[in-house]
Order: sequence, then C-alpha cells, then structure tokens
Amino acid sequence: MSDRILGGICVALAAFYIWGATQIQLSFISDPVGPRTFPIIIAVLVGLSGLAIMLRPDPEPEWPAMGRFLEIAAAVVVLVAYAQVLPELGFVISTAFAAGFLSWRLGAGPIQATIAGILIAVGIYVVFHLILGLSLARGPFGF
Amino acid sequence: MDVFSSLGDGFLIAFTLQNLGLALVGCFLGTIIGALPGLGPSNGVAILIPLAFTLGLPATPALILLTSVYYGAMYGGRISSILLNIPGDEPAMMTTLDGFPMAKKGQAGEALAISGIASFVGSFFATWGLVFLAPQLVKVALLFGPGEYFALFALAFATLGGMASRNQAKAALAAGLGLGIAMIGVDGQTGVPRFAFGEVHLYDGIDFLVAIVGLFALSEVFLFIERRGTPEASDAAGKVKIGRITPPAAMLNRTWWAMARGTVVGFVAGVLPGAGASLGSFMAYALEKKVSDKDGTFGKGDPRGVAAPEAGNNASAGGALVPMLALGVPGSGTTAVLLAMLLALNITPGPLLFTKNPDVVWGLIAALFIGNVMLLLMNIPLVGLFVRVLLVPTKYLMPAVAMISFVGIYGISGSTFDLMVMILFGVVGWALRKLDVPLVPVILGVLLGNQMEVNLRREMTIANGEWLALFDSWLSIGLWTFAIVGFLLPIVIGRRARFRPARSTATEGIDPD
Repeated sequence: MSDRILGGICVALAAFYIWGATQIQLSFISDPVGPRTFPIIIAVLVGLSGLAIMLRPDPEPEWPAMGRFLEIAAAVVVLVAYAQVLPELGFVISTAFAAGFLSWRLGAGPIQATIAGILIAVGIYVVFHLILGLSLARGPFGF
Repeated sequence: MDVFSSLGDGFLIAFTLQNLGLALVGCFLGTIIGALPGLGPSNGVAILIPLAFTLGLPATPALILLTSVYYGAMYGGRISSILLNIPGDEPAMMTTLDGFPMAKKGQAGEALAISGIASFVGSFFATWGLVFLAPQLVKVALLFGPGEYFALFALAFATLGGMASRNQAKAALAAGLGLGIAMIGVDGQTGVPRFAFGEVHLYDGIDFLVAIVGLFALSEVFLFIERRGTPEASDAAGKVKIGRITPPAAMLNRTWWAMARGTVVGFVAGVLPGAGASLGSFMAYALEKKVSDKDGTFGKGDPRGVAAPEAGNNASAGGALVPMLALGVPGSGTTAVLLAMLLALNITPGPLLFTKNPDVVWGLIAALFIGNVMLLLMNIPLVGLFVRVLLVPTKYLMPAVAMISFVGIYGISGSTFDLMVMILFGVVGWALRKLDVPLVPVILGVLLGNQMEVNLRREMTIANGEWLALFDSWLSIGLWTFAIVGFLLPIVIGRRARFRPARSTATEGIDPD
C-alpha cells in the first residue's frame, strides 16, 4: 500500500511539474530546445516510474508505531523552531535546547540530556568558533 | 614516464606542513566516522564539506582533507564489523561474516590487524591504478562532444539504478527527483526563472550541499529516533577482548592471495559507474569463497574471509575516484559527495581538470599515498583508541551530528531558509529510505542535472534541433547501449541475483558508500 501511495504522489508530482514547466516564460532569444523541454522529459520519467511503482509495489516496509511517528514529528518541529530562533537567541542557547531535546528523545534521561545539550553546544562553540574561527549565529549576548 | 614526473610534482605539493596536517586530521576523523555505526563515508564527508568550505581552505587542501576522510572511513568501517557484528558503514557489511566469528574465537586483534593490512594493500594498489588509468580515460574523454557527455550521464544513472538498487522503477524515480530539483532556479542559457514560483530564495536554485547534508546526515538522526530501544552498539563494546594485535606470520601468508584477488575485483567494481564499494567488497568475498573455501571454514572465522572484502572495499574506494576525476561522473555515493565539493569550489572535474589544474589532481593522488601510510600506522598500533570511540552512545552522538550539520549549512549562507530546506530534505530522505528508494541517484541528479541539460541543449544547438544527433557517433551509440543493458539486465536476471541481502532494519539505516 505504501508503494501505491508513493507511486500516486509521484504521478501527481509529475503532472504538477509539467504544468510548472509550461509556466516557464520563453525569452525572445532561445536555443532549439528551450528551457521547457528537459524539465518535461524529467517529469515524464518521474511519472512513468511512479506508475510502475504503483502497478508493481514492493512488500510493505516496517513503519514505526504511531508514538514513534509523533516523536519524529516532534523532532522535526523542534528543528524547525531551532532554525527560526537561531538568529534571535544566538548559537549556544538555541543549540543547547535542540541538542538536549534530541538527546532526550534518543533515550537519555532528562538530567543527562540537559547536560549533554549544554556540553554539545559549548563544545561545538569552542571547537568551531573559538578554535577554527567559524562564524556562528550571534545572539543578544554575543554567543 | 610523464606520469612519474607529475606524481613527483604532486608529492612536492602534498609535502607542506598544512597538507600533511590536514591528511593526518582527515585520516583520524575518517577512521572514527567509519567506525561509528550510523556515520559512514558519505554522510561524514557531507557534514565536513560545508565546514571545509567556510573555513576558507583552497581547493587542494580541502580535497586532501576530505579524501583522507573518505579513505579513513573505508578503513574504520571494519572495526565495529569485527568487534560488534555491526557494520560501521555499508561496505564493511561483508567483513562481519568472518570478522565477528574470529572475534568470538578470541582472535579480534588478529582480525583487526589482517583487515588493516588488507585495507592498506587494497587502497595502495588502487591508488596506483588511479595513477595509470585516469590519464588513459582522460584521453578517451577528450574525444567526447556534448552528445557523448549526455549519453555518459544517462549511463551513470542507468547503471547506478541497475546495480545499487533492488527496484529499477525506484532508482529511476530517485534519479528523476534529483534532476527535477536541479532544474529549480534561473535557467543558465536564457535567464528565465524556473519552478521558483516567485520565491526569491529559489532563484539561485537549491544548493546541493543543503540537499546532501539533509538527505544523508539528518535523515540518519530520524532513523535513530525511530529505532531507539533496539539493542545498540554501545552496550556490547566493552565485552570484546582484543587480544594480540600482531598476526602470526603463517596467518598473514595464507591471506596474501585473498588480498590480491580482493584488490583486483574491488578496483574494477569501483571504476564501473554506479557500483561502488559495497559491491566491490561483496564480489571480493564471493570470489574468495568460491576459490578458497575448500574446508567450509568461511563464515566461521576464516582470516581470508576478512582480508578479501576489506581489500575489495578499499580498492574500490580508489577505483571510484577514476571516473570522478577523469570524467566528472562519480562511481559511488561518496565520490558524488566529493564531486559536490569540487563544484562548490568552482572546479569542474573531467578531462580538462588534468590539464587546467594538474596541481589539484596530482597533489590529491600524492596525498592519498601519504594518507594510506598514515592510516596503516594509525589502524594497527592505535586501533585500541578507536575501539574506545565506539563506546560513545548514539544518544549523545547523533544530536552532535545533527547540530554540526546545522553549523555547516548556516556557516555557508547564514540563511534560515537554507536550514528549513535542509530539514525538509531530512524528512524526505527518511521517508525515501523507509520506502527503499535509493538516495544516491537523487544526489547525483541534483549534482549533474544542470550539466546534463547544458550538454543536451548544446548538442541540439549544434545539430539544429535534430534529436537523432544524439546517436550519430559510434561512441555515443556504445554509451547508450551500455546504459540500456545496464538498466535492463538486472530486470532480466531477476531480483534474486542481486547482491544485497534481503531488506532488514539493519541494512536500511546504513549509510550508502
């Protein structure tokens, strides 16, 4: 079933892509092929392979249980939030939170995870910023 | 011979303090990356590219650092295969078959030493193969016109799908997705934006480094969250005794032929587009078993069963550099990632690289020889150090990996938008892995898409829009024939003949080579 859904999504994606290709403006100078042709060839490839996957699906993969799905979703949300607050809060504070959360979800206890988060954030800051001179996001406190 | 004088020049370039230091750091990091389950050559190198880039390293030193990591990871993968029965990366999978039984018999030290020596033999001779074969391939490549290049790209995708995946349709889908992503952004020839939908950030296209780090490194983190609670490497690491690290001479003498055969097979597998190190070590093991397994000792801790696949996977690492440097078409996942770094540094690999930037090519090759010796020294006496690294539990390791990925990408562009795109790629990469869609063709598509289109359009401009011009030379007809055969043959032979073991949670999470 998963493969049939994947195939269906890919056929839809291919259709959308072809529509997108027809929306590309043509400029007055152009080569014989133009900017639309190759994207359309690709979309046909995607569509055909999507059809093939739909018609001959592989055995069902082992999807995680609902709880694990939600945990992965939560991790994604935390990482998205991390990307958003990084320029506001600065590197060390936001990284400590994100790394601590991931470490907790990967099986560390709450206290261990907090310590791990802080150590990872400070460690990366020291190695990459202080030693290697990489520019990291600066927050209100300069780190 | 001029090959030797070029190589001599290369050694002059490589023998600077900075380059030697970078090779040492690269070898050390690489061995750790290879040894840790969950981090393998392609995602290890992927994380380090943005860092090398933002540190402002010039092309040659950056390439030396990252190929040292690549070679080092090939060495390191065997450590956890032997000690824990968990391959540190995919090419090391075959090493578990005889390596772990040896460790259980109390011969872990011997197994580590023999596999270390086999790794050295494999990569040393493969680097010589690279020295002699790459310039020959360059001569052929200079005959290529745009039409032939287009066919060559098609060949790379077709064989990658043919050999590296269980399902042709999924491999084709993966290639299509990658090519489709590459089309986003302003069209280089007419200057019109494509698939940007008015979003200014998309006018530059999707940075392939963002795609690579997301697909390879971040998706790994999600897989680990999903699989938390299953028995982990860290629980077992303390239990294995290493024993003596120098193997008895008699044992070494029995394995020379296994190493020699493994090297040849692995090198050939590496040079073929799309095969990569996993196939190299598989074929080396299969051949050795056929030739030497007279008493049925394979699979029960035969040293030859450790030597052959290790020589094989390291030889194919060297072999895979041949098409990457000479043609600009990578032969495996990790060389695709290395190609990404060259492109990020504005160096286009291919035949012109050898004439325009000989210092890059020969400096790199010389550094590979030096790195090899360093790796041998590091991996025999100091192997205990790396064993201790295996004790780092994934619950602390993977958050650090994720955060370092963010640091690298943020360092390049400083833009939140790129971080969001990277997270998206991480989620998509996780889903594609679960669905058994290979990721390497996606990366290859993102990397090569624009060049493929440029070559197609150039050929059409030359031929005035006559599509049959794609097949007008014997060279291109040959390439197309190989492409079609390479794609269709696995379907005809049937899925049973494929080299990969049946899918399991142990293989889906492993890093592609």
